[in-house]
Amino acid sequence: MRIAFTTRGTDWDAMMDPRFGRTEFFLVFDEKTGVLTHFDNRETGNEAHGAGPKTAQHLFNLNPDILITGNGPGGNAASALEKSGIMVYYGANEMTVREAYEAYKNDELSTV
Amino acid sequence: MRIVIASGKGGTGKTTLAVNLAYLLAESRQVILADLDVEEPNAGLFIRGDQVLHEDRYKMIPQWKEDACTLCGICQGVCQFHAVIQLGTMIMVFPELCHSCHACSGLCPESALPMVPKKMGTLTHLRTGNLDFVEGRLDIGEEQAVPLIRQTKQYLDDHSPDGAIRLVDAPPGTTCPVIEATRDADFVILVTEPTPFGLHDLKLAVLTMREIRKSFGVVLNRYGTGNDDVLDYCREENIRVLARIPHDRKIAELYSAGKPVYQDVPEARRSLDEIVSWLDETWGKKAL
Repeated sequence: MRIAFTTRGTDWDAMMDPRFGRTEFFLVFDEKTGVLTHFDNRETGNEAHGAGPKTAQHLFNLNPDILITGNGPGGNAASALEKSGIMVYYGANEMTVREAYEAYKNDELSTV
Repeated sequence: MRIVIASGKGGTGKTTLAVNLAYLLAESRQVILADLDVEEPNAGLFIRGDQVLHEDRYKMIPQWKEDACTLCGICQGVCQFHAVIQLGTMIMVFPELCHSCHACSGLCPESALPMVPKKMGTLTHLRTGNLDFVEGRLDIGEEQAVPLIRQTKQYLDDHSPDGAIRLVDAPPGTTCPVIEATRDADFVILVTEPTPFGLHDLKLAVLTMREIRKSFGVVLNRYGTGNDDVLDYCREENIRVLARIPHDRKIAELYSAGKPVYQDVPEARRSLDEIVSWLDETWGKKAL
C-alpha cells in the first residue's frame, strides 16, 4: 500500500495538517519498500480559489492507495477524490504522522 | 442617476437605507431598486408589488466530451480557478468554481469542452406604483456571485423605466461582487456604524472606492452608540458625512416587521431628507 498523509513537515514526527486543500505537505509512505517521500503543496495554499481540486490533482499524481487526513476534504476535493479511487481516512487531527499511521493500523480513523 | 448603497461591514443598515430611500423617492419620482447582494438578498422582504417577471438564470460552463478529448491538458493549464483538472485519463469540471470565461473551451484543439448552460439562480422583478424592484438570487451551493450580478445589471439596463433613479443594495465587504455592483455607479453611499468594527471596515471600503475612482459619501447609522472615531476619521480624510441616523429601538421594531421606517420615525425621515437634498443639490434635480 502507498499511504499519503496531509502534514506540516517532512518526517514521521511532523504534525498532521488537518486541512486537505491547503495542506502544507503530503508525506507518502510506501509500505512495500519502506520509503518515505514528501511533496511540498504550500504553493497551492496561496490559491484564492480551487485549492481542493488542485491539491486532489497533486495527490493523484503521487499515486497513493490511501489518504490519511484530519478534517476530511471539502466538497470539490471530495468529488475529485471519489473519482480517483483513493480511500480516504480522516480524524487524524492533532497527531504526529507516526501516531496517525498507528491510528490507521489500529482502525481508529473514520472512512468516507 | 445610479446610486449604490454599500458598506465594508455587514449589518450596518444598507438594506434599511436602500429600501427607505427608495420608498421616499418613489413618492414623487420614478425609482428602480435592485438587490445585488445575490448571495443573501433581503430587500425583497420589504417590497410588496405585482410580479413583472420571475425566471431562472443560467451561466455557461464547460462539459467534457470524453470521446473527442486527447488529454493534451491545455484546458487545466489555462484555468486560473482550477475549475478544470485532469486526473489521469479523466477531465473533471467543477461548475461552482467556473467563472464562465470560456478559455478552456475556446482553446481546446479538439472542441472537447463545449459550453453548456447551468442554472445558477433566479431573477425577480416586482412593481408597485412608481417603484420597480429587481432581485438576483443565487442558488444555494453556487460560489460565484459575479455572473448573476452582471446579468441582473444587464436586466436593469434593458428594463428600467425611462428616467428612473437606480438605487442598488450592494453586497457587504470589498471583494469582487462589491466591485461588480459598484463599478458603474455615479455615486456610492457607504453605510457604517460608530464602532471599531464599523470604522475598520469603512476604511477598507474607502480604499476600495478610491481605487476604482468612485465618488462616495458616508451615512453613519445607529448614531449615538459607540464613539466618535468614525466622524473623526471622515473629517481627517475629507469624506462627506451625508447623514447620521440615530440609534432607535423603533427603527429595529419596524424593520423586523418588514416595514419602512421613515413615516413613523421623524429622525430617520430627517436623515433621508438630508441625503436627498444633498444629492439633489450636487447632482441636479434633473439627474435625480
